[in-house]
Amino acid sequence: MAKQHAEPQTPPHSRAEVVSVSEANPKVRTIRVARPAREESSFLPATLKGLAITVKHFFKNVTTKADIETISYPEEKPPYPARHRGLHRLMKREDDTVRCVACMCCPTVCPADCITIIPAETDDDGVEKYPAVFEIDELRCVVCGLCVEACPCDAIRMDSGLHAPAVEERQDGIITKDEMLALGGRSIAVQGGISEEWRQDQPQNPRDEFPHDREGAPYGRPAKTWRNQS
Amino acid sequence: MDILLSVLDSPITKWVVLIFLLVMPLASLLTWAERRQSAMMQDRLGPNRANIGPIKLMGILHFVADALKMIGKEDYVPPGAHRALFALAPILAIVPVFIAFIIIPFGPTIYPHSLFEVINAYELRNAIETEALSAHGAFQDAINLQIYEVEYGLLFYFAVLTLANYGATIAGWASYNKWALLGGLRASSQMMSYEVSMGLSLVAVFIAMGTLEPGAMVGWQGPNPMNWGWAIGLHAGWPVPIGVVAFVVFFTAAIAETKRPPFDMPEGESEIVGYFVEYSGLRWGIFFLAEFVEIVFIAAVITTVFFGGFHVPFLYEDGFRFAGWVLYLPHIVVVLLQVLAFGLKVVFFCWLQLAIRWTLPRFRPDQLMRLGWMRLLPIALINTMVAALIAIWW
Ligand code: SF4
Ligand code: SF4
Repeated sequence: MAKQHAEPQTPPHSRAEVVSVSEANPKVRTIRVARPAREESSFLPATLKGLAITVKHFFKNVTTKADIETISYPEEKPPYPARHRGLHRLMKREDDTVRCVACMCCPTVCPADCITIIPAETDDDGVEKYPAVFEIDELRCVVCGLCVEACPCDAIRMDSGLHAPAVEERQDGIITKDEMLALGGRSIAVQGGISEEWRQDQPQNPRDEFPHDREGAPYGRPAKTWRNQS
Repeated sequence: MDILLSVLDSPITKWVVLIFLLVMPLASLLTWAERRQSAMMQDRLGPNRANIGPIKLMGILHFVADALKMIGKEDYVPPGAHRALFALAPILAIVPVFIAFIIIPFGPTIYPHSLFEVINAYELRNAIETEALSAHGAFQDAINLQIYEVEYGLLFYFAVLTLANYGATIAGWASYNKWALLGGLRASSQMMSYEVSMGLSLVAVFIAMGTLEPGAMVGWQGPNPMNWGWAIGLHAGWPVPIGVVAFVVFFTAAIAETKRPPFDMPEGESEIVGYFVEYSGLRWGIFFLAEFVEIVFIAAVITTVFFGGFHVPFLYEDGFRFAGWVLYLPHIVVVLLQVLAFGLKVVFFCWLQLAIRWTLPRFRPDQLMRLGWMRLLPIALINTMVAALIAIWW
């Protein structure tokens, strides 16, 4: 089937008038171009109109900075959305030991194969295993969050609100168990039959600890709104 | 005392004061102001971070950073370039502008013997009219804040600034690069086209004022804003707004002359390969600075010819006089106010040029030539003829 050419359309805003269309190739057209009107071709009114707009913005921004949406980054930080995935952290038990039971779910699911866990035994019968070494290579991590999904006991989270820091040597990009524990907090999941009261003591949202991470700041909110909030 | 006065009165001193206290600071600030002002016009913040320790000054220090950067860059001369002319071109671009500044009166005449007294305007006028200035004790050793006072004042400006034209063309030719050469030719064709309208637009003003000498023009205009150059033709008896037309034509042509947007086809730093494409480092910086010095110069010419030069509205030699109300001021206050007024007017017109530059998109070359030859030139010619006819018959 021969390719059908669409009837050439003159864009509605164009002042070009189509005089004739070639039959062999409808893309070839004869058009009559409307010359600009006299008041436009003198450029002067248009220039003054443009100047009025730009100068208005200039004075508004010089006096109040009202229209400027720029964020001065290191000083001002936009809050991340509630489900932002940042640096990993390891959650703690009520006795501040690591919650992770070294079940190896997360290294198994990790698509980037960047979690290294060396399990060790513990005398605690209810736990049996704990990670002697727990390291994540943040340079290899693709920030997919599958490790968090996979964890059966809320031991690993990515809600720290922090970026993986810039490093100069590759090995510095590996975050260790101690560093992740330092970021960690107590899980609100109750383990080992601890009473309801313990949970009440905990912050309702553990993410409250992180300063530039506020509730209700989803993507696409106008910058002005949230800056005024803070 | 006499030696001190003669040193102060020497052209070199005045030139150094003018260039290093007004022009160069203003031009280097403009390199920053251009970015910051455009940012404000476009709802951005602009460069505001350059700092020395905690001193930020809203980013003004960016021009220092720029200068350091340019000094640190490799000074590259392309193989095949004509070395002597390649080195000469940036100098040819900037020196004429510095020279042209000598005709601009940037302040009133200072009478050092009556600095702290109120000048007797009547006696002063008498002394000037009888040319007995030096005989009159109070008005001896007058220092005129204009470096070079010649009859053909503004013609000198046109003649000298035409040399800047060669800077661009020679830069293009000496670079041994076809695109640079084409850019240089574009620059010269554009500058020559617009110099015609620029000169002719001022002829109407020359006819009305009867002089070409900037100092005399400022004197002719006086402190009443309705007598300034822009208002020629608005008074009773002069039925055509000659001053306004001349101002618009001159301003447009002058912007084209500086080769800045919307008329930046010769270079168009980011998109168009222009005449200084082969220049780098400090040599390029000189072209860049020349552009900004030209902006200051054009602001100074517009101030002088159309907006009363150093005059503050209603400030006469002895103080403010407005509708029968008089406030006497000592001579030194008057002088300072007038020099300040000149500076502020120049700053305003620099600002206006930057505002226009960031408002308009670039013209096409054919639009540029059409605007220059088919609109500005006829308008300037008609304006000149009308002014001449009025001068003869009115
Ligand atoms: S976020 Fe994804 S890639 Fe990163 S450690 Fe977890 S599972 Fe692996
Ligand atoms: S899935 Fe959870 S408990 Fe299992 S190894 Fe990973 S962090 Fe530890």
